Amino acid sequence: MRQVRIHGRGGQGVVTAAEMLARAGFLAGHEAQAIPSFGSERTGAPVVAYCRFADAPLRTREPVLHPDVVLVQDPTLLGPAQPFSGLATHGLVIVNTNADAPTVRAEAGVDDANATVITIPAMSITMTHLGKPKPAAAMLAAYAAATDDITLDAVKQVFRDRFPGRVGEANALAADEAFAYVRAELAGSGGGGGLAAAATRGD
Amino acid sequence: MTTVHIPFLQTGTLAVGGRLLGEDDRSVQSHADRPSSLTKGHRACQGCAEALAARWVMDTAVEAADEKLIVANATGCLEVFSTLYPESAWKPPWIHSLFANAAAVATGIAASLHAQGRDDIRVLAQGGDGGTVDIGLAAVSGMFERNDDVLYVCYDNQGYMNTGVQRSSATPASARTATTPAVGRQPGAPQGQGKSMPKIAMAHEIPYVATATVADLRDLEAKVRTAMSIHGARYLHVLVPCPLGWGASSAESIKLSRAAVQSGIFPVIEARAGELTDVQPIRQRMDVEEYLRPQARFAHLFKPGGEDALERWRAMADANIRRYDLMGERS
Amino acid sequence: MREVLEGSQAVARTVARCRPGVVCAYPISPQTHIVEALSVMARTGELADCEYVNVESEFSAMSVSIGSSAAGSRTYTATASQGLLYMTEAVFNAAGMGLPIVMTVANRAIGAPINIWNDQSDALALRDSGWLQLYAADNQEAADLHVIAFAVAEELGMPAMVCMDGFVLTHASDVVELAEADEIDAFLPPYRPQQVLDVEHPTTIGTMAGPESFTETKYLQHLRFLDATEVIERWSLKFREAFGREAGCLVSRYDPDTLERDHAAPPAAAEDIAVIGMGSVIGTLQAALAPMQAEGDHVRLIGIQSFRPFPEKALREALGDCRDVLVIDRALELGAGGVLTGNVGRALAGTRSRIHSVIAGLGGRPILEASLRDVIRRTRAGDVGRLEFLDLKEGGVPVPPVGATEVAR
Repeated sequence: MRQVRIHGRGGQGVVTAAEMLARAGFLAGHEAQAIPSFGSERTGAPVVAYCRFADAPLRTREPVLHPDVVLVQDPTLLGPAQPFSGLATHGLVIVNTNADAPTVRAEAGVDDANATVITIPAMSITMTHLGKPKPAAAMLAAYAAATDDITLDAVKQVFRDRFPGRVGEANALAADEAFAYVRAELAGSGGGGGLAAAATRGD
Repeated sequence: MTTVHIPFLQTGTLAVGGRLLGEDDRSVQSHADRPSSLTKGHRACQGCAEALAARWVMDTAVEAADEKLIVANATGCLEVFSTLYPESAWKPPWIHSLFANAAAVATGIAASLHAQGRDDIRVLAQGGDGGTVDIGLAAVSGMFERNDDVLYVCYDNQGYMNTGVQRSSATPASARTATTPAVGRQPGAPQGQGKSMPKIAMAHEIPYVATATVADLRDLEAKVRTAMSIHGARYLHVLVPCPLGWGASSAESIKLSRAAVQSGIFPVIEARAGELTDVQPIRQRMDVEEYLRPQARFAHLFKPGGEDALERWRAMADANIRRYDLMGERS
Repeated sequence: MREVLEGSQAVARTVARCRPGVVCAYPISPQTHIVEALSVMARTGELADCEYVNVESEFSAMSVSIGSSAAGSRTYTATASQGLLYMTEAVFNAAGMGLPIVMTVANRAIGAPINIWNDQSDALALRDSGWLQLYAADNQEAADLHVIAFAVAEELGMPAMVCMDGFVLTHASDVVELAEADEIDAFLPPYRPQQVLDVEHPTTIGTMAGPESFTETKYLQHLRFLDATEVIERWSLKFREAFGREAGCLVSRYDPDTLERDHAAPPAAAEDIAVIGMGSVIGTLQAALAPMQAEGDHVRLIGIQSFRPFPEKALREALGDCRDVLVIDRALELGAGGVLTGNVGRALAGTRSRIHSVIAGLGGRPILEASLRDVIRRTRAGDVGRLEFLDLKEGGVPVPPVGATEVAR
């Protein structure tokens, strides 16, 4: 089972991101579940949503307490929201930020040396293509680039299905760019210097 | 038919059955085959103006709807005296649900009929002043605001008569009720500004609002007919004296209704889309005393200390006369 | 077609495929997504020949439903929490008049203090309203139960609530397979009202009944409720045959090994601990019990799907010889214990069962697998009494991890 927790702020499409992730996971052949952490939050308030994939039907209704993957849609949450609390060992952290991974580690207190931290300027990518601060497609594409859990095609498809027309296409373009960005950074990291910029293990 | 007043000036009545008129101008009640929608055998008190008004309203509506009428009734005297199981005094299909929801039940009936493609069937809701002006106001306002295709009729006897004459928000100032006794410094109901349901209805700018009394049953019938010729939300407010609650003789319900109109206390009006379109002028001006004195609920106004309250009644009548030009001075 | 859908969407689409003539609702969290979806479908024509009525209160929502059902339309509404209480008078009235309205209750706590999150205090407060109450364990059941609810309600002439845990189910996305419109057309008979406001055959509905007839009227309502158990079982069986999956029974049994739903699962054995749940906690129990089963700990899971009528006989049969019965209760009868527990207790009166009431998940407190395992193990050890509050913070309780409580944010 893969457990994902998504942090963001009200208005950034966090709940939609979880649902889209579940749909992309389902397209990838998994059983899937998305659980928003429902609240009475207004625009701008911290919001959390959860997603699970598994190969057997998902029954539990428990919130994700020990995520394998954490997506942070808003870098201002790194400090206050404790987004990496409960992170599983060898966990994956993807943060929308213009800062680099070591900075994120320091700011958020990711003390697990085995955790992988990836940073991506998802918001600026999204603003370029979509023009609205809803970076879900870019974040999920970054996730697709970093793992085999979901595919880029699935991410693009679920956004096109949910938002037919211009919005769906803009999300797909943002996904393409985000995916390419992370793949390039990961490829570059093999050479040494690039890794520090976008993705680090603590060692 | 038109609403022109026929100059039958028999002493003391406009409620003539109409057999002297041409066939087309006669009232529904003057025909031997009248629908009798609220039929005989019900348990209303002697002299109940609500029963009289409901019979005229219902028969006119049934005839106007070509007998395709469904009725929703609020809890209250009218419901209790007409439908004690296993009897029913109602001939049309009729439903009673709750005190506060007749307007909403009627909306549901209208929605269902529309979904079934049965727009030929008309819907009428009715209740007393408690079920309309007080506890049911939200549902009535909602029905108005949506302009649902319902004629809502309020029979206003100015209090909770069904439960033993307690004050409602339609109870007039100074009136003695079981919960506003005629004792203390300000005996009777509080001297507030009251709550004019016709004005509230007009503020919703619904297609048709009218008031009527049982003193002029031809006028009541004409207004029901007009209302039934229109679709959308319509409101008819009928003053119905309650001999028990008003402390008046059972024989005087008509006379009191007339005094309410002729003194200026109860303006008889019509309005369309929020605009006042017709006012029944006062024919023979009466003093408010002629309305108030026969009612035991106002007896304290005619004892020492009641002078101020009586003056307020006169001022209220004068204000109505000015506001609605009831003496026809502006026309 | 299997697809990922939000619970509210799954319910709304299924309701639409049941072809209601009138849908009337007033918005309240967490019911909103259901009625939003239905209002859209009524506008686009996906929900054909249906009037969607926006009203000014829940009281009017139920009142409009009463009018439309009495006028001969299949009628649907949805609400939750304060909204259910606000319409309470009309809820009882609809049942008394025998109007087969179907209503989704997106279960939510009752204030004060105001709380928008899930528990089951709302519907359980109306347990004597004369409505059937069916509880969904997951979103598949939530969708399917509506089809069964219309069938059962209309056969009995009795309104039905389909209760689904607010947010936990209504706002969660899961893999579901919705009944298709043509399948429902084949399954659900057209609505034939047992009494209707008909201008051709006028009738008076809603008369006053005096002391000489009121008791008999209530007795007939009671007999109808007794009939309801058979009718629910019959439609559930039909559903299983038509759709190949289980929904809508009285008591849902779960396989002792796989923990999957199985109507043929054997009754519990004397050495088992039985855990009774109602609603979405069953899913969490399924997950929580799996490691215990692996360790050979005999815990049997039993779900209450029909709370009204309460299936006393079916529950006793499912419990078999089991002595220790743990009821996970999402509503509190103040000063007494769990509301569900009270009903279980009446069903087991005269047996030797020990009933333990565990109050859990009030006002949206997440029910954690570890906490469930803990209370079950302590029950086994004889350390759980008649009433316990799960994860109660009593001075000095450490702050739970992020996500374990809404309050942490």
